[in-house]
Amino acid sequence: MNQIMHLDMMLLIVAAAVATFATRIGGYLLITRMKTIPPRLDAALNAVPAAVLTTLVAPNFYAGGPELKIAMAIALVVGLRTNVLTMLAAGWVVVMILRHGAGW
Amino acid sequence: MPHSDFREGMRTGLPIFLSAAPFGALFGAVAVQNGQTVFEAAFMSATVYAGASQLVGLELFGHHVQPWLIILSIFAVNFRHILYSAAMARFIEHFGPLQKFLAFFLLTDPQFAETYKRGESGRTVSFAWYMGLGTVIYVPWLVVTIIGGLLGNLISDPKLIGLDVLLPVYFLGLVFGFRKRPNFLPVALTAAAGSILAYRYIGSPWHVSVGALAGVLVAAMLPVKTVSGEN
Repeated sequence: MNQIMHLDMMLLIVAAAVATFATRIGGYLLITRMKTIPPRLDAALNAVPAAVLTTLVAPNFYAGGPELKIAMAIALVVGLRTNVLTMLAAGWVVVMILRHGAGW
Repeated sequence: MPHSDFREGMRTGLPIFLSAAPFGALFGAVAVQNGQTVFEAAFMSATVYAGASQLVGLELFGHHVQPWLIILSIFAVNFRHILYSAAMARFIEHFGPLQKFLAFFLLTDPQFAETYKRGESGRTVSFAWYMGLGTVIYVPWLVVTIIGGLLGNLISDPKLIGLDVLLPVYFLGLVFGFRKRPNFLPVALTAAAGSILAYRYIGSPWHVSVGALAGVLVAAMLPVKTVSGEN
């Protein structure tokens, strides 16, 4: 409990930092060696963030309670019209009202 | 001259920090909830320094996903940086090797956006300006991570104060941030269906890779939209 750090977690973070730095310098290293990216590879790479992030949202929605589903739906509607911060606030307010006000 | 460039970069970064600060605090708080210590959370913010992927990492730590899959997922979420560093190469070509190393370490979404904007408008992207911008995002990011982590330690039940809704909503926002990209709908729907099915029938660690792979494959197989002037 009082441990400041754990070796396995620190190693994992270092590996994550190396992987992240590789993405940050990778494009520069590639562009200086490569003239064009095959279009299908490019399309696949372009889809990576949306595909990965979706897999972190969808099961949460699927497995969450009704108050979470409602909050996420309302937050999405708000988010499409405003910004991410307002969207977060909207989701949080809805969940708090449903849990503490409506007692779900 | 470099000093005024540094200050100008800092001024550009200030609103970015203000809008990113809640996410730094969110990361710190959620990190502690997911079993990281405040020191580990701060270390992650200091070395990885990529908010979305840090939150993805936490989500996966919480699900006890295999380490290689966590690293792969973080790499995948950060993959967009490859495009960033390729696109801004021409604006920082005059940096020295060590300056480039530092510049790429500090490369985040807003850092890229502001650098690209400045470079494209014809103004010089000096190292001093770049570091001014980077510093005013990096240092507060670290500070709010620690503050969030210390506050997160006091929270016993995240559901009681609605902390559990923030992560999925935040990711939902990120997903829809890509909605104008080609093939967004087929990719997102395939990834959603794939991840829910894998979550339901295979189990938690695998829903990320199965769903993501399904979405990426769909994008690779769909007809490629040709950009005018190509070939």
